[in-house]
Amino acid sequence: MARAFTPKVVTANDLISGDVIYLATDGSWVRDLAAAHLLTDEGDANARLFEAETQPHIAVGAYLADAAAGDNGPAPTHFREDFRAKGPSNYAHGKQEAVRHV
Amino acid sequence: MYDYSDFDESFVRARVDQFRHQVERRISGALTEDEFKPLRLMNGLYLQLHAYMLRVAIPYGSVNPHQMRQLAMIADRWDKGYGHFTTRQNVQYNWPKLTDVPDMLDALADVQMHAIQTSGNTIRNVTADHFAGAAADEIEDPRPTAELLRQWSTDHPEFQFLPRKFKLAVTGSAADRAVTKAHDVGIRIVRNAEGEVGYQVLVGGGLGRTPIVGQVLADFLPREDLLPYVEAVVSVYNTLGRRDNKYKARIKITSLENGLDTLREKVEARFAQLKPLFSGIDQELFRHIQSTFTRPAFKTADDAPFHAAYDTDPVFRSWVDTNVDAHREADYRIVTISIKKHGQTPGDATSDQMRLIADLAERYGHDDIRISHEQNVILPHVHVADLPALYAALKPAGLGTANAGLISDIIACPGMDYCALATARAIPVAQEIATRFDELKLEHEIGPLKIKISGCINACGHHHLGHIGILGLDRAGVENYQITLGGDGGPDTVIGTRAGPGFAYDAIVPAVERLVMAYLELREDASETFLEAYRRLGDAPFKAALYPESKANAA
Repeated sequence: MARAFTPKVVTANDLISGDVIYLATDGSWVRDLAAAHLLTDEGDANARLFEAETQPHIAVGAYLADAAAGDNGPAPTHFREDFRAKGPSNYAHGKQEAVRHV
Repeated sequence: MYDYSDFDESFVRARVDQFRHQVERRISGALTEDEFKPLRLMNGLYLQLHAYMLRVAIPYGSVNPHQMRQLAMIADRWDKGYGHFTTRQNVQYNWPKLTDVPDMLDALADVQMHAIQTSGNTIRNVTADHFAGAAADEIEDPRPTAELLRQWSTDHPEFQFLPRKFKLAVTGSAADRAVTKAHDVGIRIVRNAEGEVGYQVLVGGGLGRTPIVGQVLADFLPREDLLPYVEAVVSVYNTLGRRDNKYKARIKITSLENGLDTLREKVEARFAQLKPLFSGIDQELFRHIQSTFTRPAFKTADDAPFHAAYDTDPVFRSWVDTNVDAHREADYRIVTISIKKHGQTPGDATSDQMRLIADLAERYGHDDIRISHEQNVILPHVHVADLPALYAALKPAGLGTANAGLISDIIACPGMDYCALATARAIPVAQEIATRFDELKLEHEIGPLKIKISGCINACGHHHLGHIGILGLDRAGVENYQITLGGDGGPDTVIGTRAGPGFAYDAIVPAVERLVMAYLELREDASETFLEAYRRLGDAPFKAALYPESKANAA
């Protein structure tokens, strides 16, 4: 029996900066996982991944990452996606810098 | 030090220019990512977890102050003000923008540096003993041999698409600080019975998921046979090595599957074909290279200030005892500048630290700087009289930590804080171990102890060779850390043995602490190192310390 589909987000790295990006509901790319489109239907997920793959000028290495509905939007379910969403643990660089500057 | 010729210069500039256009074509859409990826990798540019990473070659770990300042400038202008020194004597920038990389490569070319063959299935940066040219126990400086190999392997047309990456290391000393037995080909400068200097060639060493200690392929090669012989090895590997499975593609597996004797026969047959093609021009080149590695103009000075400081300042004395090694010149010393201040990221140096190191190398170090595979910086030629002033300058910059070879002098790969391949973090584990033992004020009491941490099975952190090795894995969606014991990266090279089940992230530092406390209890006296105690006692008492609950169960 096929495994049941679990919720996903479309994620990739930005072509120029390399930063982790996510596909939002309106089709734009966002840097905050919580602002990503949480896909609960497998057909929708595959369609949105295909949409991402047609934008190689923006997104590199797009894939579907597991996520769960959190209080503020999609949240990671695996530590790798947690680190991708947060940035490195040894310096407040990358996404933590962006947060600090807001 | 070797200076680039006009040929080297124009070659590197041409490659930068090519890459600039390749980046433009990628951005315009003329190149797909699949087309662009091998091109960027050939220029040292990876796409990692949060950003691109540019890996810059530091051939055999040697840099001059001018180059070091340029590395600092690049860190400030295009990165985040620091560089990460790696276990392959390279430097990595963790945050470059794709559009800035051609300018970074041009800035590197301005100081005779580049990122060519720091990735891809090619012959990578040739590494060497970081004490080269200074070590008291050296038969010959390995750098001219390493430079010859670098020139031969750079853009070698036959070896741009090997089955897998290929790593060479050269040592000129029996102490083998270059870990030659853990390389695809390790080269040891040796003397034969007649007293002639030549090369012993080791093959098939490597760490990763199948750790194997290199074996002797040729016991003694005359100097002039080295290049044709190494070319024969890589040539045989290029055709014999597997391309169907990347985990079985390194020459260590080729040697294992075909047998060392078969490999040797094939290499010798190929060598017989190649040798006549080497007209001797390589030996002329070697002699030229050798002539560029001149000995520094060693000075004489009154060493009274050193003795005064050593006798009266215990902090200085501790640093000298820990971070300073004997030099071939009686009045000189080799200084290890620790890039492992407790709690800092192993191998990370800020641009200010790089500039200070450059200044100090000019003032006290005959313009010579090395990067060690243990992720520290070496000033190989410092007069003993200059040690107090050198230390006084290093300490306020966070570069005076007296921990070389001790428990906080940890090798750690970037792990899942940066690396796209990692299965767990390595850096914070290293930070926490160092911080913990600094709090305990025990590290000098513990003595020589090498901890090496890898964040995945590829073993960039050399965990197999750690007296205590730590391997971070993903076990059912949780970070899990396996401990290996008894590894040794010395001349005999021993692969550590797995101690047992792994530990969760929050349990790994306490586990290491139990292990080290057990050693302090078990050792015969303070002169018996952790590794010696482990070899004497076997793993049982150390396992009992690691897994107290299973000991209780067994009782």
